[in-house]
Order: sequence, then structure tokens, then C-alpha cells
Amino acid sequence: MKDRFSRGMAAIAVLSLSAFASPALADVTIGVTVSSTGPGAALGIPLKNSVELWPTEVGGEKLKVIVLDDAGDPSIATTNARRFVNDDKVDVIVGSALTPASIAVAGVAAETGTPHFACSPVPPNISKGKWTFILPQDAALIANNLFAKMKADGVKTVGYIGFSDSYGDLWMGQFKAMGEQYGLKVVADERYARPDTSVSGQVLKLVAARPDAVFIGASGTGAALPQIALRERGFTGKIYQTHGAVTFDFLRIAGKAADNTVFASGPVMVPEAQPDSSETKQEGLAYVTAYEKKFGAGTRTQFGAHINDAMAILKKAIPIALQKAKPGTPEFKAALRDAIETGGPFPASQGVFEYKADDHLGLDNRAVVLLTAKDDKFELVK
Amino acid sequence: MIAAFLIQDGVTSGAIYALLGLALVLVFSVTRVIFIPQGEFVAYGALTLALLDDGRIPPTASLLVCFGAIAFLLDLWGMRQGTDARGFLRSLTLNLILPGVIYGIASVLAPLGLPSFAKALLTILIITPMGYYIYRIAYRPLADASVLVLLIASVGVHLAMMGLGLVFFGAEGLRARPLADANYSVGLLPVPAQSLWIYGATIAIIIALYVFFERTLLGKALRATAVNRLGARLVGVRTQLTGVTAFTLAAAIGAVSGVLIGPITTIYYDTGFLIGLKGFVAAIIGGLASFPVTAIAAIGIGLIESFASFFASSYKEVIVFGLIIPVLVWLSLSHAFHEEE
Repeated sequence: MKDRFSRGMAAIAVLSLSAFASPALADVTIGVTVSSTGPGAALGIPLKNSVELWPTEVGGEKLKVIVLDDAGDPSIATTNARRFVNDDKVDVIVGSALTPASIAVAGVAAETGTPHFACSPVPPNISKGKWTFILPQDAALIANNLFAKMKADGVKTVGYIGFSDSYGDLWMGQFKAMGEQYGLKVVADERYARPDTSVSGQVLKLVAARPDAVFIGASGTGAALPQIALRERGFTGKIYQTHGAVTFDFLRIAGKAADNTVFASGPVMVPEAQPDSSETKQEGLAYVTAYEKKFGAGTRTQFGAHINDAMAILKKAIPIALQKAKPGTPEFKAALRDAIETGGPFPASQGVFEYKADDHLGLDNRAVVLLTAKDDKFELVK
Repeated sequence: MIAAFLIQDGVTSGAIYALLGLALVLVFSVTRVIFIPQGEFVAYGALTLALLDDGRIPPTASLLVCFGAIAFLLDLWGMRQGTDARGFLRSLTLNLILPGVIYGIASVLAPLGLPSFAKALLTILIITPMGYYIYRIAYRPLADASVLVLLIASVGVHLAMMGLGLVFFGAEGLRARPLADANYSVGLLPVPAQSLWIYGATIAIIIALYVFFERTLLGKALRATAVNRLGARLVGVRTQLTGVTAFTLAAAIGAVSGVLIGPITTIYYDTGFLIGLKGFVAAIIGGLASFPVTAIAAIGIGLIESFASFFASSYKEVIVFGLIIPVLVWLSLSHAFHEEE
């Protein structure tokens, strides 16, 4: 009994020694927390996959990456982030895929002074934080582009249908904030949930309101449900979809119902079609080629691209920070934060990031393209 | 006109909820298990059908083989005190050979591009035995436990099956092709053929259940077990057999519901739970005992849901699940308290 106890103690001592030893090697350590299970799994899995494409070395320093699953749960995300900072002594945190979890991670990042990349949109009070940088396009940026396109298409009245959650509210909020500028009037505001078996009721009401166009504020294959139902009920007008819907899975589900639809998207979905002068083409093409080589043709997503873009930024920022401090120290984290904030512009697959002290969103119109669907493929709107 | 659309839509979803509610009542009355994973069979059925549409071998077939293997190991463990060759052979056939054969059939037939009806039958064939294995693995060892323990086991099975669904089907939704593409019109109202299939299947299953319970010996044994478990045992009803039958039937009904609903909406690995929950509301209204009341309540829920989604789409779920509260109040006032424990 006593023997077993002392052996156990020895084992624990050795293990904890190695745990203490690892930061001393001065590798650059990155903690990634994403929702590879739970309700955000469709977003989290491509993020997790994309981490596998990261290089093993940046700026001559070995890269140590720890990936944890938070199931989209803010409390697990907080635990993961604390583990990263306290036990793994990470230099950067990346995550999470869902907004509530990202907010939780941002809290830990701000408290411990760790640079943080959020892979989901976050509310303005979080994106103003000193340590958090946002990778996805802001809803206002996307909405500006879509609304301008609607105006150009001669749309005056809009029927809105979106998720009955914060994602749906987000886009309705954009209409309230900016719709008037573009001469758009919302004539119906309907909500549904992703697992609903039918949206017939909502669609009937939309069609009865006779809008010029319908705007769908939903994401992934969930956005296909009203799209199909609208076409089944004979709505022939234009439908506008947010970048959340731009996945090949959406096209697979929606099929022919996706005709006459305009999608806003990040440029990574169509790097092949971009002109050579585009700053997002090179990075996008490299990422998409590597990803589809590993996970199969037609598997690219915008979500996974955020992970690639975090690395695109770090590749430039880490060497700058290395001149000032050693990895694993608070000085390095501060230097890295400054490098991300001032070292731009960083051309990446989803846009050109140019963070500033008062702007941690960092993207402009180069981060949005408009697409249509044709023959189960996305095509650039000329 | 709009009302007619809404009624048609509501009856369609209501029919699916009715099937689920019936399965829940069936399982509860025979085994006292509140069968939360019922919805998972629906999701598995729909996703299996969608993958068969793509000409792929559905992962549920390999899952079935795994379930069978686990059940076989449990049987072996049960036999460690010594057993006869017959019991061993029976277990071998049921747990290893049967899923193996189904897997073989699925892998031969899947790439052939079968007609939709054959694919639907194949789906039901793959999903139905899962009911037996779930019973064997999770519930049979607990057959005499309290309702609460069985409920906790149900939650566990539900979470496990949902997790397996994520692993095997992926996180994105799938949509199957309809059994028949045609559209009929009754007056001004277009009725898709798929809806007719749903009505037909629901009515057929209700009639089949009625005949089964009223006319067959096994059905009567199930009813006897439902009325009084101990009494049924005393007069020679094998209560384990009735449990097996109830779960297998429930899985079959779940698979049929999945095949019916797969083509009309996008199904995710976690959709089943919400659909099952609405069936559960119907089953509660039926007091977890009455088949006809459950079926009628399910149609009512479908209608209310359909109208709620038209008039107040943001509050649809609140309205549907809020329904259960007055029903529970009424049930607890009108019934004397007769919990078994």
C-alpha cells in the first residue's frame, strides 16, 4: 500500500516536472478552443480541421498548439481559456466559434492580458476590448454591402425571416439601424428555429405581405429551410442570404431553390474566380487547396478560414514580437498584442486585416464579395 | 385559403407527432420507460434515408453491428455461470449474424440506386433492430428499477445516441428525396404526395397497433403487462419478451416517422429530440396511457404549431410547450395520485 502510494507520488512529481518544463523551452504556445461538438459543431469542426494545416514553426520558433472542445458552452470555454493561461502558459488564445463562448474567452483574455482572436462575431463592447481581435466580418459590414446591392436591384420592400436567436436579431437590428439609408422598408418580420419541421406558416405570411425581396437571416443548412419553402409557395422574387448561409451543404440541400438568390460572403469561397490583383486571392487559394486536399473536394468553409487568417496574422506579428521578448512571458504577450495592432495590413483569405487601437474589427469592403448560385456552385456577381 | 394551407401543414406535422406519441405511450405503458431517445430513431431514419439517396452505405448499418456486438458481449457476461448451447446460438444469431446480414444487404444495395420505396424499407430494416439492442444494452439490466432510474437511463441513452449521430452523420443537416414527387390539388389547395404518404402511414400504423393489441396473443400479453406487471408474470407472460417487443416496435415507428419526415425538412443529428419532445407533449396529454387521446392531441399540437408560426412565429415553441402546463394541472387535479413507488 505504502509502496504504491510513493510510486504514485513519484509519477505525479515527474508529470508535473514535465508540465513545468514545457514553457521553459520557449516555444510559441497557442490555445484553441472551438465547439467541435454541441449546437455549434457545424462551425467548430472546420475550425478544428483547419488548425491541422498550421505550420510547425513561425519565425524560427517551434509552434505548440493545444486544441480543446468547448461544445459552444460559455462556462466550458471559460475553463478552457483559464487552463490555457494558467497551466499551458499560452501566448495567444483563438476561439470560440459561437458568440457566447467567444465573449467568455474574451473575458479571460482581458483579465490575464493574453492576445485573443475571436472566430465569431461579438457585440461592440467586446470588440472594443484591448486584447481581443475579431476575425469574421462584422454584421454591419456585410449588411452595408447587401443593402447597397438591394438598392441597386430596385428593392423597396423587404420580408425578413431569421433564426429566433441572437443571429436572427442581429440582422433585423441592421435593418433597423441602416435600412432607411438604403430606402428599404421591412414589411414582415418572421422567426423560426433551426430544428423546425416546417416554416409554412411564416412563409405564407411573408408571401402575403408581397415584398419585393426576402432577406433570410440564418446560417448553414438551416438557412435552406425558408429558401425551399418560399420557392414551393411560388415566391419568385430575389432572396438575399447572409454570409452564414454560404456553404456547399446549403447548396446541396437547397438545390434548384437557390436560384435567383444573392449571397454575401467572405472571398475565401471563390478564390479561383477572383482577379489576380485581389489581395485575398493568394492566401485564399493556398488555404482552400491545402484544406480540400486533406478533407476532400468541396469541403471549404468560411469558418475554417478564420483559423487560417489567425495564422496569417501571427506569421507576421510573431517575428516582430520576438525581437522584444521571449515567448511565455507577459512581455511577449504585450509585444505580440502591439504587433497585431500596429503591424498590419495583413492580407489573408477572408480579407485584409488592418487593426488599429480603436478598431479591432480590422476589415473593410475587401472582405465581402457578392455571390449567386448556379448549377450547385457559387459564382461571383459581376 | 391561408387557413387551409396552415391546416394542411399542421395535420402533416401532427401526424408525425402522433406516431412518436404513440410509440412513447407504447413503451411507457409496457415497460414504464419514458423513452426520450425515441426522437433519435426519427433522426437516424431520416439521415439514413438521405445517405441512401446519395448511394452511400449509411453509417447506421455499421452502428447496428457495433450495437449487436455489445449486446452479444453482455449476453456472454450473463452466461458466464454456464449456459446451454441453445441460448448461446440464439444470442449469436440475434446479436452478430442478424446485424451482419443487414449490413451486408445495405452495402450491396446502397450503391445500386434503388427506387425510393425500397430505400425506405431498407432504412426501416436498419433502424428497427436498434430498438432491441438499446433495450438489451441499456434497459434490460434495469427492468425492475423505479420510473426515475429508468428516466435517468433514458437521458443517458438519448445523449449517447445524439453524440453517435454527430460522429456518424456530421454536424450539417441532410434532406432526403420524397417518396413520390407528385403534387395533387384538392380544390385550391395543393397537397404534396409526401403528405399523403404521411397521413396514410399514420392511419395504417394506428390500425395495425389496434389490431395487434386486440387480436394477437403477443399484443394481449403486452396489454396485460401494461395493466399489471406482476399479475402478468404470475399468469405466465414473459415480461422480458414484452419489453423487447415494445422497444422494437417503437424503433420501427421511429424509423417510419424518419422516412416520412426526411424529405419535407432538413434533419440534423440533434433534430430528433425536439420532434420527440412534441410527441411527448401529446403523450402527456394522453396521460401516457391512451392511444386515441395521444393521436388526437398530436394533431392538435401540429395545428396549434402551424397557426402559431403564422401569427407569432417568435413565440411558437413557447406556445406549444406552454400547452403542457394546463394539461398537467388538470391531470393532477382529476386523477388520484397513484404512483407505483
